[in-house]
Amino acid sequence: MAENIWVLGAAMTKITRYPDQDVIDLAATASIEALADAGVTMADMQVMGMGNMFQAMAGLGQSVQQQIGQTGIPVYNVVNACATGATAVRTVHLSILAGEADMGIAVGCEQMGKMGLLGPGGQSKAEKHVYAPTGRYGSVMGAEGILGTTLMPGVFAQAGQEYAYENGGVGFEQFAKVAEKNHAHSVLNPLAQYQKKFSLEEIMNARMVAYPNTLPMCCPTGDGAAAVVLVSESKLKTLSLEQQRRAVKISASVLTSDPWVERGQVQPDVNTLTRNAAKVAYEKAGIGPKDLDLVELHDCFATAELLHYDNLGLCEPGGAGAFIDSGAPWRDSPGVTVNASGGLLSKGHPIGMTGVAGVFEITTQLRGEAGDRQIEGATVGMAHVIGLGSSCGIHILEKSAA
Amino acid sequence: MAQQIPMVDYLVLDGDPHLVAHECANCGALFFDRRNACAHCSGIKFVPRDLKTTGVVRSFSIIYQAAPGVPVPYVSSLVDIDGGGAIKANILNIDPDPATVALGMKVKMTTFVSGTDDEGTEAVAFAFEPAN
Repeated sequence: MAENIWVLGAAMTKITRYPDQDVIDLAATASIEALADAGVTMADMQVMGMGNMFQAMAGLGQSVQQQIGQTGIPVYNVVNACATGATAVRTVHLSILAGEADMGIAVGCEQMGKMGLLGPGGQSKAEKHVYAPTGRYGSVMGAEGILGTTLMPGVFAQAGQEYAYENGGVGFEQFAKVAEKNHAHSVLNPLAQYQKKFSLEEIMNARMVAYPNTLPMCCPTGDGAAAVVLVSESKLKTLSLEQQRRAVKISASVLTSDPWVERGQVQPDVNTLTRNAAKVAYEKAGIGPKDLDLVELHDCFATAELLHYDNLGLCEPGGAGAFIDSGAPWRDSPGVTVNASGGLLSKGHPIGMTGVAGVFEITTQLRGEAGDRQIEGATVGMAHVIGLGSSCGIHILEKSAA
Repeated sequence: MAQQIPMVDYLVLDGDPHLVAHECANCGALFFDRRNACAHCSGIKFVPRDLKTTGVVRSFSIIYQAAPGVPVPYVSSLVDIDGGGAIKANILNIDPDPATVALGMKVKMTTFVSGTDDEGTEAVAFAFEPAN
């Protein structure tokens, strides 16, 4: 049996827009704070996982080390869409699991500014414009808006509407209730990009982006970085009692990609890979969804969160609409709290940062250090992300004695 | 009449316009793109398969904020094609209103000119419209 791996330190910057800093500043800040939180230094790190999406060719892991400590350790610069940060955590986890390191740091960072709608990209313009079939679909022109949409708000709107088609009790109002909850939760989180409460009416009457997602049902673009220091259990036992007391056990670290499904080529399937990852994660952790006190799941759009109630087994099969209607995922309701941080909808979603920020949030909650947003008595939590393409990362963390 | 070219190579314009898929000879999985092998069973042999032109709206979104140059609002949809296959396309000839567009509604394929190049050649795209 492989030994357990623990989170020794965690930190994240507030998510906002940082016009006077670059992404190296943000990643360095989070890394220095996570190392200090762990009570260790770069000299103790034997591996670095660096997650970033939009500057993935820049060798950011090395650039950050050039700012905070160049020790010659292996750096894995990783990119996996919105699961990029979780992949960085998973990479460090694997290195420790393989016995090649007993301590390492995983960093996720992104600087997006006001990037606008995200999607696979637009069309190029030739000097003289003569149609010629190109690419794998023999296209003569860009298809966005002509053959449906591939921009994120519409893609995730359609994912939610597909759930509504297959299951009863789900409509615009249920999706809007997700945003009502997450924005309400964000008011307690000073690290969130937006901390503004909205009524259900305000959300439903807000400017429509892609029905049924109105503006407050879509996550913002923003800047930020998060970092976590992981340690093997045998190494942890050599550290101070205070370090051991604050460490949080990783009961499962899982990464999946999307298996073939019939409609996957035209409508990305965000469900099957999440279900597969959850199944493996629950098995590895030896727990079930009923044991979770809190979940940080991938609410890039309000429609997405509703799907994952079902995918992660938080509600009865087909019962995501009834689950949100009952108020169950709210922080003041008994049972699991979903997105106590405010979720991506209000905390923000700097792409490469997000997977690490989720692990930071669960770690902070299980340590009892979450301040106003603390979920009292939380002992088991899950961080879930999904990136289109597709990748799903799930980490289950537990408060435990080393 | 101007010369016309299908906007994508899986749209057949001759006769009754319809979509054609690459069907895996081993498992029957359908694909619209150029294939190296089957994503479902890894088989390497494909046969062309003509798809029907009617279907059911499995999902849709009404897009109000779009890419530059795309008129809004418009309806993007996922259509389950009768007899097999699924495709993403716009729904035309319908009021782009959630009170009008319905999950499960029956639709049929239609074509329209989506652009014209500098030599006057028209690109023809496909979409769906209410079946009755």
